[in-house]
Amino acid sequence: MSIFQYFAKRIGLYLVVLFIGLTITFFLPRLMPTNPIDGYISQIESRAGQSLRPEAIAALRSNLEELYGLKGDIFTQYVNYLNRVILHFDFGPSFTNYPEPVSDMIFRALPWTLGLLLVSTIVSWIIGNLIGLVAGYFHNKRSATVLEVVGILLYPIPYYILALTVILVLAYFLPVFPLSPTFPAEGLTFGNAGTILFNSALPAITLVLAGFGWNILSMKSLAYTTKEEPYVTYARLKGTSNWKRMTRYVFRNAMLPQVTALALSLGTIFNGALLTEMLFSYPGVGLLMRTAASSGDYNLLYGSITMSIIAVATAGLIIDLIYPLFDPRIRNR
Amino acid sequence: MKIMKLRPQMSGTGTPEEAPVAKRVKSKGSPLNFRLKLGIVILAIFVLGSFILPFFCPKDPAEQASYLKNLPVTDKHWLGTNSLGQDTFWFLVFAIRNSLQLGILVALFVTVIQTLLGLSAGFIGGWYERIVMVIIDSFITIPLLPILIILGALVRGNTTFLTVGAIIVVFGWAWGARTIRSMALSLREREFVNMARFSGASTFDVLLREIFPYVSSYMVVGFINTILFAINTEATLAVIGLSKVETPTLGSIIFWALNYNALFTGQLLWLIAPIVSSVLLFLGLFLASTGFNERFATRRGVA
Amino acid sequence: MIRLNNVVASYKTERGVVNAVDGVSLEIPDGCIVGIAGESGCGKSTLMKVIYGDIGFPLALASGSVDYGFSDDSGKPVTSRNIQKEWFKRISYVPQSSMSSLNPVIRIRKQFLDFQDQTGNKAQILEQVKSYVKKLGLPEESIDSYPHQLSGGMRQRIMIAMATFFQPEIILADEPTTALDVVVQKSILLLLMDLQEQMGNTIILVSHDMGVHYQVTDKMLIMYAAKAVEYGDSEEIFQRPLHPYTRLLINSLPTIGDDRAREGIPGRPPSLWNKLQGCRFADRCPLATDRCRNEEPEFVEYRPGHFAACHYADSEANLSEVS
Repeated sequence: MSIFQYFAKRIGLYLVVLFIGLTITFFLPRLMPTNPIDGYISQIESRAGQSLRPEAIAALRSNLEELYGLKGDIFTQYVNYLNRVILHFDFGPSFTNYPEPVSDMIFRALPWTLGLLLVSTIVSWIIGNLIGLVAGYFHNKRSATVLEVVGILLYPIPYYILALTVILVLAYFLPVFPLSPTFPAEGLTFGNAGTILFNSALPAITLVLAGFGWNILSMKSLAYTTKEEPYVTYARLKGTSNWKRMTRYVFRNAMLPQVTALALSLGTIFNGALLTEMLFSYPGVGLLMRTAASSGDYNLLYGSITMSIIAVATAGLIIDLIYPLFDPRIRNR
Repeated sequence: MKIMKLRPQMSGTGTPEEAPVAKRVKSKGSPLNFRLKLGIVILAIFVLGSFILPFFCPKDPAEQASYLKNLPVTDKHWLGTNSLGQDTFWFLVFAIRNSLQLGILVALFVTVIQTLLGLSAGFIGGWYERIVMVIIDSFITIPLLPILIILGALVRGNTTFLTVGAIIVVFGWAWGARTIRSMALSLREREFVNMARFSGASTFDVLLREIFPYVSSYMVVGFINTILFAINTEATLAVIGLSKVETPTLGSIIFWALNYNALFTGQLLWLIAPIVSSVLLFLGLFLASTGFNERFATRRGVA
Repeated sequence: MIRLNNVVASYKTERGVVNAVDGVSLEIPDGCIVGIAGESGCGKSTLMKVIYGDIGFPLALASGSVDYGFSDDSGKPVTSRNIQKEWFKRISYVPQSSMSSLNPVIRIRKQFLDFQDQTGNKAQILEQVKSYVKKLGLPEESIDSYPHQLSGGMRQRIMIAMATFFQPEIILADEPTTALDVVVQKSILLLLMDLQEQMGNTIILVSHDMGVHYQVTDKMLIMYAAKAVEYGDSEEIFQRPLHPYTRLLINSLPTIGDDRAREGIPGRPPSLWNKLQGCRFADRCPLATDRCRNEEPEFVEYRPGHFAACHYADSEANLSEVS
């Protein structure tokens, strides 16, 4: 398999995953017993009073029906839907913020989520894997067992519990961080960077801790088995220093499955980020979804979900595409 | 669902390739059986406690205004009462029971589905395997929570506890199926399986006699992991108010506590009790699954 | 001269302690190729570990010592306790499988230079490595490749280049050609012999293949069940072996034009867990007597430089009966 075949395979899988994800989003409303469109129309009418003209309502209905594939024959609608979503990122107007386009709201929230996720995932991956490396490499030392126990304690604990515990400990019992964070509406500027970082600390800590468990335990067992590989033994017999063996030999090889695993678990990590945003009122896509779900803003809900699927699949694709940088066996065949 | 795939833990370092001596060297301080034991003890306490205690419960703990609100801890109310006039202790006991029941029910279905799909993909191969793998990879890659949020929002009010369970089954089988398929792939190449195949045993016979004993120990691990996953997912939905929050579960109790600002009104036990129980329960499940995995699954040389 | 003084090496296991090398004494003169032969489990790899100084849990040097016959930079004589500092400078090691012994994700160039404290100009050393590799019949660019890009024979040449680059006094090779096909095997062995001739160092070669020993080695050590049973010049051992076990090993070697079926030696070596009494080979020896079963034979010099541990080593008539 050449590197091009590898790329082709990954991109192919990416397209298939996107296709399946969008298809699920397309067909979900049809499987549901309730018809959200009637719900909106009455919502909009009550909100706007009698000021909406019947033509506007009809236009809205046709807009909605088109978006959900409830008008005309299914195939055309399905193609139209994919076309609108993929080529134009067009999800129609928001109902709570009518007539602001949903895509604008999502693109405003997305940088918040990406910033939080990127920083916390990278920090958690690096530190977690280093801890796991030490725990696995020195597996017969008592102190290394302590590191593993940290992983065992953190791994099974779900995001919402971690988030609540972090709030309890770092905002309630030891009031280091604010109990209810505030985020400036205008987004990141030079002036308020400090405030934003300070208020983002708790959700970030939650996500970092949540990533630790898996990274520590998985890296620990990988490092443990890699240490027994003949090339590590040979390096030891060459007189290669302990540090070089741990970094250049054990870590360099054991990190490869960890990169692949990161790509696979992005969906799970993203779920956790959404939930954490909701619990901390962090102004990202997660909070947007929650607001949308509770106020019945279905355009916003579908839009942010579609964008989430695209974002997670794309991030996974990016990791897979840079993977050959780390593994020469795929790079040069 | 995140399933830990702990590598086979072979003990000993630098054993000789050729010495006729026993090659397995005692690994010092490996918490091998200790994990399993601790996990089982924790689980036993939770299962027995939450399934037996409800028989002694004075009245339905989900009913509101049964008692005075916000009572402190007394010998009558071991964890006090909450802002809805419910006894926190009994609500918690029912929550643990309901969560466990849901988890076990979901895990039963998920285990059957993932075993069938994983084994068939691994053994039939060809186009069938490719299609199944693409579906599995899609289900793994697509973030689950947003889809659950849509479903939750669409069916809100009409949800039953079982609907939530069914939804979790639909989205919970992919990781396990992936693991079982890779086990099936490695088993397919083993000598004894080929022997059985060439000696004329039917595919079904091979599956039942030769493969199943190997896969079964992983199924137990997967089963426990799925219980953890299901309880966790339902609780997550409940915490953001998208499950059947009137039913006591480990998530709904936190939902109500957050909704009534337990943190600001000083009702700490309302929040801390479910947190501590959840942590213990999840830890018990996790220890049992990894302990079992190390003790049985890896000993058979698979997984 | 390398001197082994009554080396006893043991493994700590769940069942207790077992001696994988049980009292081996040996003198290896400088500048020769010594082969160690024996069935698997006889202790030859453990003996290599001891000579290399790779002693650590679960392996321990229960008693005895190894003297290498040279001193370190501070003038202290080097023994098995401080040989580790000399690894790949004065004693080096060629592993069995080059594929699994090279780090798959690092260029060979880097693996060439990552041992011990590398002082001096890296670029300069790299130039020397390049010309050295070229001398060994490899293209210069091969050190810029990753292991998977080279063939098995090229990789094994790289391993030999690594082991000989600093011109060590001693080179240990543990089945260095087992993983290769026959044609490549021969070229690798010839390369080793050439280098040894040029550098005059000592090579200790473990192989289960008596043919390799016949072609390559100057001296040979035959081991059986953790004991040394015969040691001497290879030519003499192949022509006039003193121990029935050696004779049987040599007989298992096919010769051209002889198409009789070759038989292995019937039976298996004794388990080292049992309490062993008498000659350890007695159970499988066609000449064994009651004396063999009860009294352990000493490792004695029967002819000049030719040692054996057999009660009947000096009665040649008996020996020829074996074949």
